[in-house]
Amino acid sequence: MEYYLHLFINGLVVGSIYSLVALGFVIIYKATKVVNFAQGELVMVGAYVCFALTVQAHIPFIWSFLLTLAFSVILGLCVERLVLRPLIGEPIISVIMVTVGLSSVLKALVQVIWGTQIRVYPQVLPNEPIMIMGLPVAPVYIAAFVLSALLFTIFSLFFKFSSLGIAMRATAFDQQAAQSMGIGIKNIFALSWCIACVVSSIGGIILGNINGINSQLGTLGLKVFPAVILGGLDSLLGAALGGLIIGVLENISDGLAKEFLNLGGFKEVASFIILILILMIKPYGLFGSKEVERV
Amino acid sequence: MSKANKCGLFFTSYEQEAQLFPSKFQKICLGLFLITLCLCPYLLDTYIISLFNLIFIAVIGAVSLNLLTGCCGQISLGHGAFIGVGAYATGYLMQLGLSFWLALPMAGLITAAVGMIFGIPSLRLKGIYLAIATLAAQIILEYIFLHWEGVTGGSNGLPVDSPQIFGFFLDNDISMFYLLFSFAVITTLAVSNLLRTKPGRAFVAIRDFYLSAEIMGINLFAYKLMAFGVSSFFAGLAGGLWATYSMYITPEQFGIGLSISYLAMIIIGGMGSVLGSIMGAVFITLLPEGLSWISGSLSNVFPDISTYLLGLKEGVFGLILILFLIFEPEGLVHRWRLIKAYWKLYPFAH
Repeated sequence: MEYYLHLFINGLVVGSIYSLVALGFVIIYKATKVVNFAQGELVMVGAYVCFALTVQAHIPFIWSFLLTLAFSVILGLCVERLVLRPLIGEPIISVIMVTVGLSSVLKALVQVIWGTQIRVYPQVLPNEPIMIMGLPVAPVYIAAFVLSALLFTIFSLFFKFSSLGIAMRATAFDQQAAQSMGIGIKNIFALSWCIACVVSSIGGIILGNINGINSQLGTLGLKVFPAVILGGLDSLLGAALGGLIIGVLENISDGLAKEFLNLGGFKEVASFIILILILMIKPYGLFGSKEVERV
Repeated sequence: MSKANKCGLFFTSYEQEAQLFPSKFQKICLGLFLITLCLCPYLLDTYIISLFNLIFIAVIGAVSLNLLTGCCGQISLGHGAFIGVGAYATGYLMQLGLSFWLALPMAGLITAAVGMIFGIPSLRLKGIYLAIATLAAQIILEYIFLHWEGVTGGSNGLPVDSPQIFGFFLDNDISMFYLLFSFAVITTLAVSNLLRTKPGRAFVAIRDFYLSAEIMGINLFAYKLMAFGVSSFFAGLAGGLWATYSMYITPEQFGIGLSISYLAMIIIGGMGSVLGSIMGAVFITLLPEGLSWISGSLSNVFPDISTYLLGLKEGVFGLILILFLIFEPEGLVHRWRLIKAYWKLYPFAH
């Protein structure tokens, strides 16, 4: 039982990082209807930039964290302007493939600059485990969970109350109507890419503090799909819950497969089996908006 | 009929218009092209022949994916895994003692069945949701390749025999050239002909607008499943040929990267066009070779370049994909049509 409780807590931590990545994904999808296959690579780039600033340039961690966020804003602006804007109005497969191309380019850049071996972050948080329900949990795990909860609260409030957030929601709801009310659609698109890059970078930095980073970090981006489909492609709350649920389910089913079926590495595939089931039963997820078609 | 060829083509019946090669000139050109290709093994060295072989396999895969994604509008991110199913099925059936000529079509049918199973969600799902469902298919199949060790050999891989004909083993590049070449031609002709028939036109109708297609009396589910089945059948053939040509298969060969490079082929070549699939297959297969050649000749100037080659290859692939999507979204086949149109009227501008 303790084993499963441990898996559960581990799942929550991993899930909170999935939620962060899913948050970036959902923000882009909500505002621009672009499905971003490069989300994992954005995580990786953020993690590597922060690593380079702390370890290679010897900047104190808190400053390099903030500099990485600034860098992410610029990266988001460049990506939106150079890659996505020319493809507005193109068919969905073109938009998917351009983000796939973007992910290849980002991955190649990271490999050329930093190589492929595992890099480790310096110790930022104390190593002493904290006891939760009789189980030792590393502080970095708790920090990860708290940080992503905090970010979700901030963004929920931002979308609910700030005028910019309301403008983003209006754009998501009906682009033409929003434009005719004087909302600059292009700025909204750029802003949503910036936010997505920033939250992905934060996810990357947390991951780097937990496990270290290597150039395969981008495969994490694939885990976003089960999470956002479960939550609903265009729902922030869905992204948060979907990430957590997928993280927990994945860890526990991995434990079950190991114990009862003697199957290794089930973690990789569990979330995708769940994904197929969700698509068959409830294609728009828990909180996604249904696309109603009447003929 | 031949009188009509004096200045352009003028069709007087639907049969004429639906011909694969409407003019005699086209037929002669194609015949000469095929004969030249047949002579290639006697003229070129084995390295270039091996590139030809890779291109033939890629052509089969790309034509089949274009039938599904380009013509029927069903985005598939799992084509690489379907090719893997064909490869493993061929290898396993041949290990059971079946001859290549029986194992290959059976592998095609098995792949068609797998493809149709993963095509079932296409009834309810469209666009991005279907793309994600096929992505799940890709990852689940990849997991099965790695963990069903009794059949696939797991991470150790599966050795595959060479095909045998009249007691001869087709175990070198030149003999495989003719086998792969004939399969590529057969696939291309089969798919081109399928597109001229009722199912082919139903696929295009579904792609263009599924509701109108349904109103016209097309059974969406049946035709979508059929598209998945036929496409996966040819993907299975490509996989089986790839397995017997490379003689050794491992799970990582059929990863998501393969699916993406096949999608890149049909996008760079031209969606929904058989000729475009062939152009894209040639382009994407030769791209890494071209890069290796360039970096080889640059290594005198920049000695470290080979250490960056892996990253470089992936980066250039992504960059070319992005540039094509932005500047040439219709693909190479569109450019080819423009060139032909230019020479048709040369030297007059209009």
